[in-house]
Amino acid sequence: MSTRTVLSQADIHRALTRIAHEILEGNRGADDLVVMGIPTRGVLLADRIGDALRAISGQAVPVGAVDATLFRDDLRRQPTRAPRPTTVPDGGIDGKTVVLVDDVLYSGRTIRAALDALSAIGRPRVVRLAVLVDRGHRELPIRADYVGKNLPTSTSERIFVRLDGIDDAEEVAIEGGDR
Amino acid sequence: MKHLLSTADLGLDEAIRILDIAEDMADVSTREVRKLPTLRGITVVNLFFEDSTRTRISFEAAAKRLSADVINFSAKGSSVSKGESLKDTAQTLAAMGADGIVIRHPASGAPRVLAHSGWVEAGVVNAGDGTHEHPTQALLDAFTMRRRFHGAAARGRDLAGTRVLIVGDVLHSRVARSNAWLLKTLGAEVTFVAPPTLLPNGVAAFGVDVYYDLDEALARVQPDVVMMLRIQQERMNAAFFPNGREYARSWGLSATRLHGLPERTLVMHPGPMNRGLEISDEAADSPRSTVLEQVTNGVSVRMAVLYLTLAAGETN
Amino acid sequence: MSTTDHILKGATLSDGRTTDILIGGGVVKALGTNLTEAAATVIDADGLLALPGLVDLHTHLREPGFEGSETVLTGSRAAAKGGFTAVNAMANSSPVADTAGVVEQVQALGDRAGFVTVRPIGAVSQGLAGTHLSEIGAMANSRARVRVFSDDGSCVADPLLMRRALEYIKGFGGVLAQHAQEPRLTEGAQMNEGELSATLGLGGWPAVAEEAIIARDVLLAHHVGARLHICHVSTAGSVEVVRWAKSRGFEVTAEVTPHHLLLTEDLVSTYDARYKVNPPLRRSEDVEALRAALADGTIDIVATDHAPHTMEAKSCEWDNAANGMVGLESALSVVQKTMVDTGLIDWTDVERVLSAAPARIGQVAGHGIPIGVGSPAEITLYDRSVTSTFSVGDLAGKSINSPYLERELPGRVVATFHAGYATVLDGAVLDSDLVAANASAAQTAAK
Repeated sequence: MSTRTVLSQADIHRALTRIAHEILEGNRGADDLVVMGIPTRGVLLADRIGDALRAISGQAVPVGAVDATLFRDDLRRQPTRAPRPTTVPDGGIDGKTVVLVDDVLYSGRTIRAALDALSAIGRPRVVRLAVLVDRGHRELPIRADYVGKNLPTSTSERIFVRLDGIDDAEEVAIEGGDR
Repeated sequence: MKHLLSTADLGLDEAIRILDIAEDMADVSTREVRKLPTLRGITVVNLFFEDSTRTRISFEAAAKRLSADVINFSAKGSSVSKGESLKDTAQTLAAMGADGIVIRHPASGAPRVLAHSGWVEAGVVNAGDGTHEHPTQALLDAFTMRRRFHGAAARGRDLAGTRVLIVGDVLHSRVARSNAWLLKTLGAEVTFVAPPTLLPNGVAAFGVDVYYDLDEALARVQPDVVMMLRIQQERMNAAFFPNGREYARSWGLSATRLHGLPERTLVMHPGPMNRGLEISDEAADSPRSTVLEQVTNGVSVRMAVLYLTLAAGETN
Repeated sequence: MSTTDHILKGATLSDGRTTDILIGGGVVKALGTNLTEAAATVIDADGLLALPGLVDLHTHLREPGFEGSETVLTGSRAAAKGGFTAVNAMANSSPVADTAGVVEQVQALGDRAGFVTVRPIGAVSQGLAGTHLSEIGAMANSRARVRVFSDDGSCVADPLLMRRALEYIKGFGGVLAQHAQEPRLTEGAQMNEGELSATLGLGGWPAVAEEAIIARDVLLAHHVGARLHICHVSTAGSVEVVRWAKSRGFEVTAEVTPHHLLLTEDLVSTYDARYKVNPPLRRSEDVEALRAALADGTIDIVATDHAPHTMEAKSCEWDNAANGMVGLESALSVVQKTMVDTGLIDWTDVERVLSAAPARIGQVAGHGIPIGVGSPAEITLYDRSVTSTFSVGDLAGKSINSPYLERELPGRVVATFHAGYATVLDGAVLDSDLVAANASAAQTAAK
């Protein structure tokens, strides 16, 4: 199996900074923004995007986590998954612009579950989606508003997102699907 | 986890995982929508061969919060009491498409027989079997202790060093058995206190300290938790002790004993309580008492158990 | 006339001698080498052990009353399959064998089936209720000539009734076989009492409930000068009591079951009711003590306590399951595994504990006699050298509640001869009609 790096640490940093700019542009500032990461790596990315938003706008943006495990429709097809904590920032999400953050967008099922999980917490005014990598192969009518990098892949390939703070390296890599 | 039959089957990691998931489930009850779609399309049968409204309602609430369909099958007054066997009942439920069976049965081991018989494919959760075990009660007790002692920082923690006194009818108590295994697995120091007639011959199997004298035990152990077991009315007539007065005087948690406890000590009781026998009004109603929290936490713990036994696919 | 004659070529006797055995006219006609007889069927017995037919002092045939689990015929077939030529049928049928009518019926059914000698055991008390003596004299003087009396399944718990029964049975030259179980100490009992019962939450059956009754009864029997036989001794403490009684010269005999020689209470932790039996499976220390006691003669015999039950009675929760396991077909193999292969006893001892001594205690005429010229043709041919996985196919009775299924057991009964004709050949139980016809002919010839 071959493995190749498609985003370096510097690439990831640049992508997140760009996404933060785009979010502020789309929202016309940082008002009423809430960033919600989807565990595990989405939470780390949400924190970094939150940091970038504050650095750019000079305004603190609430960051939380929304776990979608208990809302998934494919639990019976997989071994047991332990849910991860959901944390709602002070002020909640009602009437806010919530930016969902995940590492890889693939079938869209996790995002579907996360949207249900969000609606159990409250009623945002708008929900946007930011992902580090969009690898295609959607199974649901879902698309990302902010994408770090589009990576056309084959289904036989696997994408690894490694981030400082969870993993011992920082990169996005593709394994398999030799061509 | 295909079944939950005994807390003796749980390792430390698995026990903590159940308690952590129960924390997530407890969080759900603080949300705007207190219902999860997790077990949508799954049928859970509450198969109760003994009356226990409290336990059945708790499991029913847990299953419904996870969007499962719930069928309550009370075997009392049904075909079962007319001689239908556990096997026939189980096969009937299987034919109805039960994915999970929550079973309460007067015979020790009945849930294990059901789980390993091949009569049903369903996941089996033991809701109390004879004088054997009551695993979800022990899990909710441990959950309650962990929350009281660690609060919001409870996730991931065990109960290392927590001193737990279990007082009363250990001989007939499935709660005592399940708690002894689980609490020891979680690192707690467990002590049984009872008149010798209410301790099983072979109590050494549990590897816990044993006292006959409650006051001596309270003084020596300085417990973090005092768990009072229920005295069944029928034991009163079977010569396990002379009468209720003497029992209450020697092994009841009186006001005096309550006030002698260390500041932090919790008072627990699996319910329903015999006030004036094993527990005084002062103890039952004191702020140290977790009796009502135990009921609330029971739903969260049972949601976690149903999630772990029923949500996953065949591979686990 | 000679169609049932057989020559067993080159069989090994329990003492190690090798000989041909000529069977004819219901007896062993000749021993020696190179025996020939034109009309006889020759069986190659090279390497096979020839034992006098095995005698079981403790069998439940379930007829009359519980024909769903066993009948006299099916139980007799199971016995023959296990190498037995005589069984003593316990009295806990329905109606209970407490009158001459019932014991004569059981005996007649056994004679007609013809696979083994069936000796009925009479109940000690009416309906096994433990309050009034049954018609002991009528049963002793009936055509069945009952000599063993037992309330097995229940203990003769009332000490005064026990004393009277011992005295009364003595008058007919019989023996009382006691099921030693103090009833109050075993209320709700489900398994051996100890750490495992504490863990499993099953009602405890304490060893002392057996030992206390045995202690009482050996003293009582000695006091009134009666013979006492103790059924299915199961604990190390019981062994000590019996050993003490024998050392004092008391007329006491005792039996152990094959399952108590092999299995321990640990099996109960599965809650698989195949392992539910009364007295219950005990600790490994008890198993060791029982083996030692059988080896040194403290325990006189092995008796199967063959107790067939239907699937419904076993395929359920532990508390509601019936006590008992089938044991006739596996008894000799279990004795080989636990006693011979471990070096505790040799094959002459096996002959004693499974044939001679039970025939003597039960006064089973024509059985338990060493193989010699003129001895009755009650013979078991056994292959000690094979080992196989015990399976339902090895069971010949009506019920399959064996604790040995899926277990490796040594040995195999190759052939059984009863009253001069074969009941088992090549390990297979013969056709019931054929055996019944041979039995009828043999009984006519005997008259």
